[in-house]
Amino acid sequence: MITGSEALMQALIAEGVETIFGYPGGQIMPVYDQLYDYRDCLHHVLVRHEQGAIHAAQGYARVKGVPGVVICTSGPGATNVITGVADAIIDSTPLVVIAGQVNVGLLGTDAFQETDVLGMTIPIAKWSWQIRRPEDIPWAVARAFYIAKSGRPGPVVLDLTRDAQIGMLDFHYEPIDFIRSYIPCPVASQESIEEAARLINEAQRPFVVFGQGVILSQAEAELEAFLDKGDIPAGSTLLGLSALRSDNRHFMGMAGMHGRIATNVMTQHCDVLIAIGMRFDDRVTGKMSTYATQAKIIHIDIDNAEINKNIQVYLGILGDAKNVLSRLTPLIAEADHADWISTADECRNTEYEKVISPEIHPQGSELTMGEVENLVAEYVKGEAIVVTDVGQNQMTAARYSRFTHSRSLITSGGLGTMGFGLPAAIGAKTAAPSRPVCLFVGDGGLQMTIQELGTIMQEGTGVKIVLLNNNWLGNVRQWQQLFWNERYSATRMMNPDYASLAAAYGIAYRQVEQRSELASAVEEMFADDRPFLLNVHVIEAGMVFPMIPPGKSVDEIMLNTNEWFEYGK
Amino acid sequence: MENNKILYTIAIYSENQIGLLSAISNIFVRHGLNIESLTACPSALEGIHKITVTTHCDLHRISVITRQIEKRIDVVKAFLYTDDDLFFREVALYKVPTENLLNYAHFEDLIERNAARILEINRKFTIIQKTGQDESIHRLYVELQQLGAVLQFARSGRIAVTNSDRELVTEFLQQRQHDQVCKKSSQESKDKII
Ligand SMILES: Cc1ncc(C[n+]2csc(CCOP(=O)(O)OP(=O)(O)O)c2C)c(N)n1
Repeated sequence: MITGSEALMQALIAEGVETIFGYPGGQIMPVYDQLYDYRDCLHHVLVRHEQGAIHAAQGYARVKGVPGVVICTSGPGATNVITGVADAIIDSTPLVVIAGQVNVGLLGTDAFQETDVLGMTIPIAKWSWQIRRPEDIPWAVARAFYIAKSGRPGPVVLDLTRDAQIGMLDFHYEPIDFIRSYIPCPVASQESIEEAARLINEAQRPFVVFGQGVILSQAEAELEAFLDKGDIPAGSTLLGLSALRSDNRHFMGMAGMHGRIATNVMTQHCDVLIAIGMRFDDRVTGKMSTYATQAKIIHIDIDNAEINKNIQVYLGILGDAKNVLSRLTPLIAEADHADWISTADECRNTEYEKVISPEIHPQGSELTMGEVENLVAEYVKGEAIVVTDVGQNQMTAARYSRFTHSRSLITSGGLGTMGFGLPAAIGAKTAAPSRPVCLFVGDGGLQMTIQELGTIMQEGTGVKIVLLNNNWLGNVRQWQQLFWNERYSATRMMNPDYASLAAAYGIAYRQVEQRSELASAVEEMFADDRPFLLNVHVIEAGMVFPMIPPGKSVDEIMLNTNEWFEYGK
Repeated sequence: MENNKILYTIAIYSENQIGLLSAISNIFVRHGLNIESLTACPSALEGIHKITVTTHCDLHRISVITRQIEKRIDVVKAFLYTDDDLFFREVALYKVPTENLLNYAHFEDLIERNAARILEINRKFTIIQKTGQDESIHRLYVELQQLGAVLQFARSGRIAVTNSDRELVTEFLQQRQHDQVCKKSSQESKDKII
C-alpha cells in the first residue's frame, strides 16, 4: 500500500510526465511532500503566481504536443489558474491541472481555503473531477490524461481532496484509451470525402483556410501534399501559423482582422472554400453574414460542435485532419490554378507598398513594432519559437515572423489573455531547451505577469524577451483612435525602470531607442542562451494595419487611417 | 428570430456522474436560454441516465446546444426532437380545498371530462392527479382555479419516448462495446508481436 500522494507521483511518471509547473499550499502539502522524494524524475518549476504556472504549462504543452501539468493548492491557488483553464479550452491545449482540496468531511462547509472548484471549472474544462478516495487516483489520472490529449485536446481539472492525498491504496496503474461515451476521433465517411473531392475537382478557384487542427493532428505534411497536388492557395488562422512554412508557395498568410489582404480577398472570391481544423472565429470571419457567401464551404473538423456553429457549410466532414487529408489527396486531380493564384499579386503588391514597407522600413525616426519583429525574424531565420502576449505586439509578431518548423508560434488566440506571454515563453523554453525562444510582449502585458521574471531567475530559463514598449495599452489605444473619437480613456501607462528591474532579477538587459542600435542589440541578445530583456522603445502612436474594422466584411480593409483597399483598381 | 422559436425536446443519455446536470444546465445558461422543463432518471439501459429538457428556441441555436451537450465527455448521446417525433406526457398534481369541490355540483363530471383521478380526499383537501400534455394539464388547472384556490400545483416535467422504430442509444452502445473489444484484441496482438 502507498499513499494517494505517492500514487499520484507514480501515475504522472507512468504518463511520461517530466515537468510540473506549480505552487504549494496547505491543502496540497502531502503531494509536495512526496514530490520531494521524486524530485529527480519530476522537475518542478516553482512559479510566482498560479496563473504563471498554467500559462507556462500551456506553452510547454503547445511546443511539445503533450499535456502540460499544473499542481496548485485549493481555494485561491485553484481560482488563480482559472484564466488558464479558460484559455486552454478555447485554444485546444492539453493540460492536467491538479488542485488540492479540503478534507471530504469539510466540503461545502466554507472551511479555510475551500472553494467550489468543480462548479467553477465544469463549464470551462474538458473534464472536471473531484477525487475523494485514494483508490480512485489511478483511474482519475489515467482518464485525465486520455481526455486531455485525445481528439480535440483541452484542459482537465482534478480536484484532489486531502483524504485522497493521505489515504492508502493498492497501486496498480492502467492507462485508459477508451471511454464509451466519448469518441475523440470520429472517422469521416468515405462518401463525404468523395463528395469533397468532387467539389474540389470541379472548382475553378479553390481556397483553403486552415487552423491549429492541422498542427494538433500532425497533418502538416498531408496539408502540403494536398495543396501541391490541387495547386490550391491557402491562408491560416492565427493559431494555424507555422503549420506550413511561411515561404510555402501556396501560403497566402494569416486570415482575419489583421491578416493578409490576399487571404481575406481570396476568401471572398473563391468558389470552394476548404476550412481545415479551424472554427470560424469572428476575428477570422469578420461579419459572418457576408463571409464567403459566394463559395461552397467544406469544413473538416474533429469536433462535431464546430460544424455549422458559426457558418453554415455546404459539406461538413467530421474527422481528424490528418486522416481526412490523407484520404482526400489521392482523390483530387492534379490541377493548375496559376491564374487564380496570380489574382493575389495585386493584393500582395498593394499590401507591401501601403502597409509592409512603411512598417518595416519606416520613414520616421521612431522605431515601429513591425520593424523590430521583422529584424528579429531575419536574424533567427525561422529557427526560433515565437511567443507573444496579446495586443499590437501579438498581431505584428504574427504578421512579420517567419516560420520553418511547426509548433513555433505560441500565442493566446481565442481568449486573448494578456499576461500569457512571459509564463508561456518559460514553458516553451522548458519544452525545447535547444531552440531559441523569443517573446514579443507589450508593456501592459508584461506587467500583468511580470512576477515570473523570478521564475526565470530561479530556473535560468533562457527566454529572450523583446519588450515592445510604447507607454500605452497600444491595441486599445488604436481602437480609441479609430472608433472612439480619440478619447484615450485609461490607456496611457507609466512604466517602471526596466533596467533596475532586470538588474534586480539578474537578467541581462539592453535598452534600444535608436534604429542604429537595434541590430547589434538583437545580435547581443541571441549571442548566448541566457535570459535577456530587450526593452525597445517603439513609436507611441503605432497602429496595426491592415485592419478589417469590427462588424465589417473581410474584404473591407483599412490600409491606414485614411485609405481602404480597393480590389481591381 | 423570435418567430422561429418553437418548443424543442432534447433527450440526453449519459453516464450517471456527479456534475453532469450542472454541465448541461451551464450550456443553457451560457446561451441565455430558459429551460422550460427538466427531468432526470435512470433509463432502461443499465448505468445510463436519461435527462429530458424542453426549451423554446430556434433551430440553429438548439442544434448547436445539442452538439455542445453531446460533446461533454460523459454524455453518451443527445437527440433533438420536436413534438412530432415523440410520445410525451407529464403528470400533474393539484391540491384543492375539499369544501370547494363538494360545493360544486358537477365535480365528478369535471374529473371524468379531464381524465383525471382522485388520489386522496380528506376533510381539508383533495388531491387530483392528471396525466396529459401541456394544454390539458393547464386546462384542468384553470377549471379548478375557478372553483376557488388551488392550494398547490406540481408538474413532473416532460417525459418522452420516440415514435421511431430504431433504438439509437442501444445500437450506439452495442457499437461501442464492439469497438472496445476490437481495440483490446488489436492491442493484445500488438503486445504479442513485441
Ligand atoms: C487580461 C486582459 N485584460 C484586458 C485585455 C484587453 N486588451 C487587449 S489588448 C490590450 C492592450 C495591450 O497593451 P500592451 O500589453 O501594452 O500591448 P500593445 O498592444 O501595446 O502591444 C488590452 C488592454 C486583454 N486582452 N486581456
